Amino acid sequence: MSDISQKSAPAPEETLEATAEPVTVPDPLDEAAIGAAVEAALAAIAAASTLDELKTARLAHTGEKSPLSLANREIGGLSKEFKAAAGKLMGASRGRVAKALAARTEVLEAEDAARILVEETVDVTAAPRRRRAGARHPLSTLQDRVCDIFVGMGWEIAEGPEVESEWFNFDALNFKPDHPAREMQDTFFVEPPEAHLVMRTHTSPVQVRSMLERELPIYVLCPGKVFRTDELDATHTPVFHQFEGLAIDKDLSMADLVGTLEHFTRQMFGEEARVRIRPNFFPFTEPSAELDIWHPGAKGGPRWIEWGGCGMVNPNVLRAAGIDPEIYSGFAFGMGIERALMFRNEVGDMRDMIEGDVRFSEHFGMEI
Amino acid sequence: MRIPLTWLREYAQVPAGATAEDVMMDLVKVGFEEEDVHRPSNEISGPIVVGQVLSLEKEPQSNGKTINWCTVRVVPEGAEQTLTIDGIDPSGVQGIVCGAHNFVVGDKVVVTLPGAVLPGDFRITPRKTYGHVSAGMIASVRELGIGDDHDGILVLSTLGLDPELGTDALALLGLDDEAAEINVTPDRGYAFSIRGVAREYAHATGTSFTDPASLVTVTATSGAGYPVRLADGAPIYAKPGCDRFVARTVSGINPSAPTPTWMSSRLRLAGIRSISLPVDISNYVMVELGQPLHFYDADKLTGEIVVRRANAGETLETLDGKVRKLDVEDLLITDDSGAIGIAGVMGGASTEVTSGTVNVLIEAAHFEEVSIARSRRRHKLPSEASKRFERGVDWEVADEAAQRAVNLLVELAGGTEETTGTDVGTEPAPVTVFLPAGFASARIGIDYTPEQIVGSLVDLGAVVETVDGGYSVTAPSWRYDLVTPEDLTEEVARLVGYDLIPATLPTAPPGRGYSRAQQQRRRAVQALADSGLTEILAYPFVSKAANDTFGVAEAGAERSAVKLANPLSEEFGYLRTSMLPGLIEIAKRNHSRGFNDLALFESGLVFLPSGTVGTASIPPLGVKPAEDVLDALYNGIPYQPLTIGAIFTGKDSPAAPGHTPRPWDWADALDAARLVSDVVGVELVVEQGSHQAFHPGRAAVLKLRSGEVVGHAGEMHPKLLAEHNLPARTVAMEINAEMVFEAAADVIVAKPISTFPVATQDVALVVPVEIPAEAVLETLREGAGELLEDVSLFDEYQGKGIPEGHKSLAFGLRFRAADRTLTADEASAARASAVELAAERFGAAQR
Repeated sequence: MSDISQKSAPAPEETLEATAEPVTVPDPLDEAAIGAAVEAALAAIAAASTLDELKTARLAHTGEKSPLSLANREIGGLSKEFKAAAGKLMGASRGRVAKALAARTEVLEAEDAARILVEETVDVTAAPRRRRAGARHPLSTLQDRVCDIFVGMGWEIAEGPEVESEWFNFDALNFKPDHPAREMQDTFFVEPPEAHLVMRTHTSPVQVRSMLERELPIYVLCPGKVFRTDELDATHTPVFHQFEGLAIDKDLSMADLVGTLEHFTRQMFGEEARVRIRPNFFPFTEPSAELDIWHPGAKGGPRWIEWGGCGMVNPNVLRAAGIDPEIYSGFAFGMGIERALMFRNEVGDMRDMIEGDVRFSEHFGMEI
Repeated sequence: MRIPLTWLREYAQVPAGATAEDVMMDLVKVGFEEEDVHRPSNEISGPIVVGQVLSLEKEPQSNGKTINWCTVRVVPEGAEQTLTIDGIDPSGVQGIVCGAHNFVVGDKVVVTLPGAVLPGDFRITPRKTYGHVSAGMIASVRELGIGDDHDGILVLSTLGLDPELGTDALALLGLDDEAAEINVTPDRGYAFSIRGVAREYAHATGTSFTDPASLVTVTATSGAGYPVRLADGAPIYAKPGCDRFVARTVSGINPSAPTPTWMSSRLRLAGIRSISLPVDISNYVMVELGQPLHFYDADKLTGEIVVRRANAGETLETLDGKVRKLDVEDLLITDDSGAIGIAGVMGGASTEVTSGTVNVLIEAAHFEEVSIARSRRRHKLPSEASKRFERGVDWEVADEAAQRAVNLLVELAGGTEETTGTDVGTEPAPVTVFLPAGFASARIGIDYTPEQIVGSLVDLGAVVETVDGGYSVTAPSWRYDLVTPEDLTEEVARLVGYDLIPATLPTAPPGRGYSRAQQQRRRAVQALADSGLTEILAYPFVSKAANDTFGVAEAGAERSAVKLANPLSEEFGYLRTSMLPGLIEIAKRNHSRGFNDLALFESGLVFLPSGTVGTASIPPLGVKPAEDVLDALYNGIPYQPLTIGAIFTGKDSPAAPGHTPRPWDWADALDAARLVSDVVGVELVVEQGSHQAFHPGRAAVLKLRSGEVVGHAGEMHPKLLAEHNLPARTVAMEINAEMVFEAAADVIVAKPISTFPVATQDVALVVPVEIPAEAVLETLREGAGELLEDVSLFDEYQGKGIPEGHKSLAFGLRFRAADRTLTADEASAARASAVELAAERFGAAQR
């Protein structure tokens, strides 16, 4: 910038400066006088502490009306035999001044640039957040994480309606119409009751739909919302999330079920995670089991945690979907996502997941 | 099911030091989940001993009460007190003030000595009262936590007890016992008995088991007992409601005989209140053997007992004093007087055993599960008896249970056994299951040896015969759940141990990853979150009013919605037809917690019934329904599209140095809707719309190119915001994501990119204010022809220089040809024809 302005408009400045004080013209052959002028110039340049002062010094000692310039102009009027000596003296003298000027300019410009950068300092800790930070609900994030693991194993994700036919929710899953197991599900029924619709009490109806609609073999994971008539409190909610897995193939055994759960659990909770099963009863599996996982990162130290149910698909369930239990066998499992969020992420109160307080989701952000 | 440990020890080898926790740990292995521990000693601790009242002085008080100043001996006569607790007299005689009057000198009572703790953390210390130092307390049953009676203190002779002085009363009253409570799964009715649990405990620990039923010798001869006839005229599922009825009579019982403490304390730990000796005996036998009994006052019965279905209009006053209208499906016990009980559910009042009963008729019957379950549900009468009958009671044990009750009535109530009894019914044919040799091994993944298979099944009581290719297994009479090879496989796996099952990982066939719709949803919700919105998950339960406000565009219209038959709250008895009610509720909750600047979204299902709802019947289980039946099931399910909603209140960000927050406005709501469609490559057509929940002038209706309406966006109606206490200018959107996702193109065809120079031209058009900018823009696009590469609205202006009722819209037009450099004239001509079409359609004038 300063270079350009100097080139574009040098004259008025110099004229202005030149008129400021009258100057005596030294003899270009007078080494002493010229030397004194050079020394005066060098002293003024050295004394300049800002670019402005340097400019004043430059105009005074190298400008058109400066002693050195005026002396230099005198050379033209000298006789031939003196011209060379005067030219040499003046060239060397002006060269010294020009060199000093350039060096001093460089120093002062560097100082000036550094000063500007210092002056431009901002408080980076006071930066505004221009991008609003959104958040997924941790239950959704965790559900996605579970799905990713199974998709990575070659499984597919199956989904279905939340208002479901009683047949899909119960009968197809071998719940006998009058059996106590059917009542244990605390079902929301839809009006009119004669229409036989319920809010699904588990995602198992999606398993039935998968068996009816997909080609064998089947390896699907069914995540989603389920509904039970529990009042909301610290450990219960009428609406919660499950994921259920179903594998139907030839020669599947309970060992395959254990292996699948173990593989999944290790990806979810680390290589030290283990699974344990205990006998239990479900209408839709036989044999049936309760699933515990060894959670290495549990609060208060590693321990066994009850997480869900599983078992070998009951042949009646296969028959309901038109699959021949003589040829195919399968396993199924189901776990709760809220429960996982409670023991994995130490959420102490179910209500935090339900109430929608932005602090809850925003604490997790996009991760889990 | 609660199992008192002393009771379990009678029939199973429970180690002496084992606690209820230890027992539960063992039972978990064979499939009983642990529920709780009941341990009276957690609540009550000694010294609590038997004492005898030596003297009793009645001292009237100024408050009108009379207290008894007593001396009570708490060590045997001649013995010395060995307890050295402060307040316990070395002489063995305590001075105690007692307010009750139901005792006399010489009575043996329970004395809680200083240092004792009673339920409710009531600590006994010597205390000054009514001018004496009372060094202990003479306890009532209520204070000891063993009964409700607090009319007086417990006089031990009323329990038939005459213990030595100084005896530990906690042991005497069974308060040193404890119970393990386990959860019994619905398939295992037999485990609702000490008999069943003791057997399972033996399985779990590999110890021996004594069957309590085997200890009972049935002494009666059947035939000439009380006449009973089974006459079920309408069996359910072709199974007779009653297939065995054992009746036994015990005469001349002492109606005032007390229940021994060993029995009442076990019942109490099992969760059953002690009522009277006969009732306690019937409950005791039920808990021990799993056979529910009913006792009739034999003198109140008239004529033959007939087990039949109810007649239309018949009623019965049950034991609880309520008159119940009976259903023709109810199975009844009747005599000549009519109904005297709902079979297996509850007895009638008229033949009840009372404090005056001396002759008892014992019923030990076997009722069919479904019949009992339905009657219990119909009359809302869950009972210990119905719980067992519904899950299946051992057919074989009825006569032994009746005999056990007879024996106890004789032994404890001084009755006389009638040696002729009644036993009618037909034994069900035993179920024999063929278990192929390799079946269990293949299903479980363990190579079971024949010894393991046969041993496990024999252990649980089955009869196993090795036949060609496998085993012929006849399940024990109490195991109704063993009917398939899978059931037997579970038993083998369970008894050998689930912990031995190895882990193998099956390989799924090559999968197809996430479906298109799943990927689209993931992208849409992630994009909303990435753009700064917070995801919430609201309940889908809403009020009718909310559905009628948010679910329909027209004011006064009613939304067809799914109603719940048994909602948690009548007010929120419907399923949502819109995402907005939930978002509004949660926005309000956040406001009340001090968060005013919100951007919330939810993705979830809404429930939009139309046409058929459900099916009139449901097909049976275990069979694939016919195609038309399946179609009907599918068609009866209400439409439940994935819907995304969002709400914005307050400002877009917090104020910060160098940053001024912007209040959210209607365009933000629209933008959120567009984000959902943009990320899946679907163009949303936005039109000026109207919706009763939105500001009439600031609502957009969102459509697909096809013209289908997929949602609404804009500013919420000010009146509605005021009603909900939400800030003015709250904006929201809702979009049927399923329809948007389905509209996405399968393949997007590339457009050639021209590298020839661009020619840009601007145009400002003055049009009436009611003309939508979008319409003008589309017209310019149409009029400009194919040289137009893009057109955008960059400014809108009303005011000075523009006629009243008009607005100026400024558009930037970008022209480019695919094959040449455009001349200025060509671009101007295209612009002119665009303007001309706009002038023609809207009367647009160039500014």
